[in-house]
Amino acid sequence: MPHKKILEQLNFVKQCRKYHLSLWQCPSFLIVLIGLITISAMLGTWLIATKYNNQPEIVALIVIGVTTILTIISYFIIQGFEKLAEANQLKSEFVNIVSHQLRTPLTSIKWTINLMIKMEGLTEEQLEKLKTIKKSNQRMTDLVNDLLNVSRIEQGELGLRPEKVSLKEVIQDLIKDYLPLAKASNISLSLEIKNDIPLISIDSHGIKVVIQNLIDNAVRYIKNQGQVKIALKRKRNVIRCEVQDNGVGIPLKDHGKIFKKFFRSRNIMKYQTEGTGLGLFISKTVIEASGGKIDFKSQEGKGTTFWFEIPIKQ
Amino acid sequence: MKTILLIEDEPSFQKAVCQFLEKEGFQTKSALNGQIGLALAKKFKPDLILLDLILPQKDGFEVLKEIKEDEATKDIPVIILTNLEGGADVEKALSLGATTYLVKANYELEEVVKKIKDLL
Repeated sequence: MPHKKILEQLNFVKQCRKYHLSLWQCPSFLIVLIGLITISAMLGTWLIATKYNNQPEIVALIVIGVTTILTIISYFIIQGFEKLAEANQLKSEFVNIVSHQLRTPLTSIKWTINLMIKMEGLTEEQLEKLKTIKKSNQRMTDLVNDLLNVSRIEQGELGLRPEKVSLKEVIQDLIKDYLPLAKASNISLSLEIKNDIPLISIDSHGIKVVIQNLIDNAVRYIKNQGQVKIALKRKRNVIRCEVQDNGVGIPLKDHGKIFKKFFRSRNIMKYQTEGTGLGLFISKTVIEASGGKIDFKSQEGKGTTFWFEIPIKQ
Repeated sequence: MKTILLIEDEPSFQKAVCQFLEKEGFQTKSALNGQIGLALAKKFKPDLILLDLILPQKDGFEVLKEIKEDEATKDIPVIILTNLEGGADVEKALSLGATTYLVKANYELEEVVKKIKDLL
């Protein structure tokens, strides 16, 4: 319905409220106002000019008056834009502050705990407690990273740096990380590599985040016991990676929303309360920014298979 | 024994990194700000420098620029080890001559040490 969209565009009050600006600071309203004043001024000038065609100074005065008004309104428009630009700048600064100030103590805790875990003479109980701290610390770091990534996506500066990456190694490392969790939940984790997989050019951290999200979802949304199968294969000039689970599945009505920001399916909320609903949104953005595709097929109660394909660039 | 200079203003980090590096058989020097860092770099000629970007007074970019401009220190590889992470920062650091850019929150200490060993 395009006419509905145009009407929505014309609703300045709503448009301006979206950016928390008053009408007099809102560029879209002020520009239309300038347009209206210009049109009516031209009509007025024409009317007066036909009546007083022997007194050009009156016409000149009107033109000067109208131009002054337009200049004043233009000034307000620029101010409005400045306010928007300032808000954008503040957002970028905020992201930087969060990224540095919040992640610094989190990383320092992470590294210190790792040193402590390696110390000799720890009792079973002490080790257990350190591992709990480590886990919570990791959760918080992941959360901050997710929020930062979303913020960067919104600002259009994801900062991906492609380099030669071995997907096989990335997946093998991640499986190693997830084995303890999988074992504790009676889940088997396997990797099947169909044929020779060449290195691909992609941001190494970005792709790690994507695969981690897929494995994490697969492992977490298996109710009791089950299996997660990861397959890696070359299909002509793309590499395809599939992560298949026999978990709770995604209800059909949620299929369209699964890659949306902050979306979490109702049925997974029943099993798992952890999570921000950002992982798949970030994954899709990373894969698409790298020239690839990501999608899934799923049946509620039977399981889900997520897959992505990345082109092999020569 | 290879010497590594760490320029990092957060004491807890400094401790964790230095302890770990020493366990891995490196000798470490550390500085809490850029000025001292530069002086130590000239004095000890370390085999590698780990540099944070947000530092008091002189920020990491300036320190990096001075390291790379000075004949005595310009060949020392510099790894940026920071939590500042924006596309522009990475580009800027690499164009100023940093060898690698690592975001602390994304790496374990073991991985950082592996990168160091790969470079030396």
